[in-house]
Amino acid sequence: MSRTRRRQDPRVPAVLLIPAALGVAILVLPMVGLVLRAPWGGLPSILTSDEVLTALRLSLVTATVSTGVALVCGVPVAWLLARTRLPGRSVLRGLVTVPLVLPPVVGGVALLMVFGRRGLVGGWLHDTFGISLPFTTEAVVLAQVFVAMPFLIVAVEGALRTADRRYEDVAATLGATSWTTFRRVTLPGVAPGVLAGAVLCWARALGEFGATVTFAGSFPGTTRTLPLEAYVAINAGDTEVAIVLSLLMIAVSVTILVGLRDRWIGTS
Amino acid sequence: MSRRPRFGAIALAVTAAALLSACGDDGDDAAAPSGVASGPGDDAPGGTVTVLAAASLTESFETLADQLGDDHPDLEIVYSFGPSSGLVEQLLAGAPADVLATADTTTMDDAVAGGVVDSAPEIFARNTLALAVPAGNPAGVTGLADLANPDLRIAICEPQVPCGSSAQRLLDAAGVTAAPDTLTTDVKEAASLVALGEADAALIYLTDAAAVGDAVETIDVPEANTVVNEYPVAVLADAPNPEGAQALLDAITGEPGRSILDAAGFLPAQ
Repeated sequence: MSRTRRRQDPRVPAVLLIPAALGVAILVLPMVGLVLRAPWGGLPSILTSDEVLTALRLSLVTATVSTGVALVCGVPVAWLLARTRLPGRSVLRGLVTVPLVLPPVVGGVALLMVFGRRGLVGGWLHDTFGISLPFTTEAVVLAQVFVAMPFLIVAVEGALRTADRRYEDVAATLGATSWTTFRRVTLPGVAPGVLAGAVLCWARALGEFGATVTFAGSFPGTTRTLPLEAYVAINAGDTEVAIVLSLLMIAVSVTILVGLRDRWIGTS
Repeated sequence: MSRRPRFGAIALAVTAAALLSACGDDGDDAAAPSGVASGPGDDAPGGTVTVLAAASLTESFETLADQLGDDHPDLEIVYSFGPSSGLVEQLLAGAPADVLATADTTTMDDAVAGGVVDSAPEIFARNTLALAVPAGNPAGVTGLADLANPDLRIAICEPQVPCGSSAQRLLDAAGVTAAPDTLTTDVKEAASLVALGEADAALIYLTDAAAVGDAVETIDVPEANTVVNEYPVAVLADAPNPEGAQALLDAITGEPGRSILDAAGFLPAQ
């Protein structure tokens, strides 16, 4: 806005304003409702209860490990999508971003069919090494990587596409190998995009529910993350605990969004 | 340029109108459509009956709805199956429904205490737990004591839901401290984990083990008969379709409900 000509705000037609107000209400009211219903007095005792702390610790650890895995595997995928002319690249892009729109429960069922004890890969793991993934913390990480990595891939691919490729060309003409170019030129150039993708990925992993409960199950300390704890609480009638857990997750999400907006996305 | 914006405006107006009317339905009125869907007739009950029922009743109640269709063609029965505690929680939060059937009296008592049930609930069936294992019993489970083995994959219901509290009572009676790997929200989830072979053993209702079929086997547990769940059913205080609800309740507590529940392995109410 500041760089282009200043324009007067157009008059807002009522036909846009009314649905817009409804839309905002639908998005914001539930959060306001949570804040209004929050048991502020009991907040400290609920937040420091064993169940909540155990779930919080598990959520923080698994979301961070998942983001690490997503970085190691997702950045190269993004690079392949943005920089190479692989045949079937658009099909590949479609496939790796399917989890973005897939209901997470479907992901959980799919993971169970592949990595379950009688699954395609899981059966082999179990028979050969005695490893059984479901109901373990590793399964939580796998479920989170499945749903969250596409966010990182999309963010990093976008950053790679908009980055100036001439630096890479120069590096190559100066004799740098493609790996050195990637490490010393490409990656630093898209660092903000990678960081933004990693933060989005972490936030999505933290909120992951459907794939986790289906594939990893729900047990305190090993697989019951914050969203699962909230679900158990509401089903058991512990509404206050469910509200506090929800507020905790909203606080994390809002903090991340605000941080992202100011640093990397940019506000007008 | 002249056409598309107009279409857009119309689409927006329609959307807004739809949203407004949807919002207008909110609250107490939201339940109205279920009662007036096809209009209860003068003699035969009709319309939609919304039933919240314990997950363990899934197969029996669906069969019941099929059979009722012959006698009451105007009656449409809509089920929502889930953990009894969660269903009661939904009702307390204002979910519109006509009938509640839970898997134990504790959860029904919560509904009565919360004011969503104002008639006396009627016990219509009883159920016991079974130790279920995948077909072929790959882990060689022989009894409840095996549930304490940390090397086995064990699924038990959440302690707050009826199958979980019953499982706890059964384990207490047997003097076993279980080492579960996952706590499921309802009994069907535990049953499918055994059927898939992901769990080596699970404590589920006898009727659920039977409903899964050949994929699971049950291990005889002598203590099982000491823990019996009583299933109560009641018409809800704010039922939008009380006539239809009463007709369904009669069918559950009498015939054809009795025969269907018998066939599924439920014990008769005492």
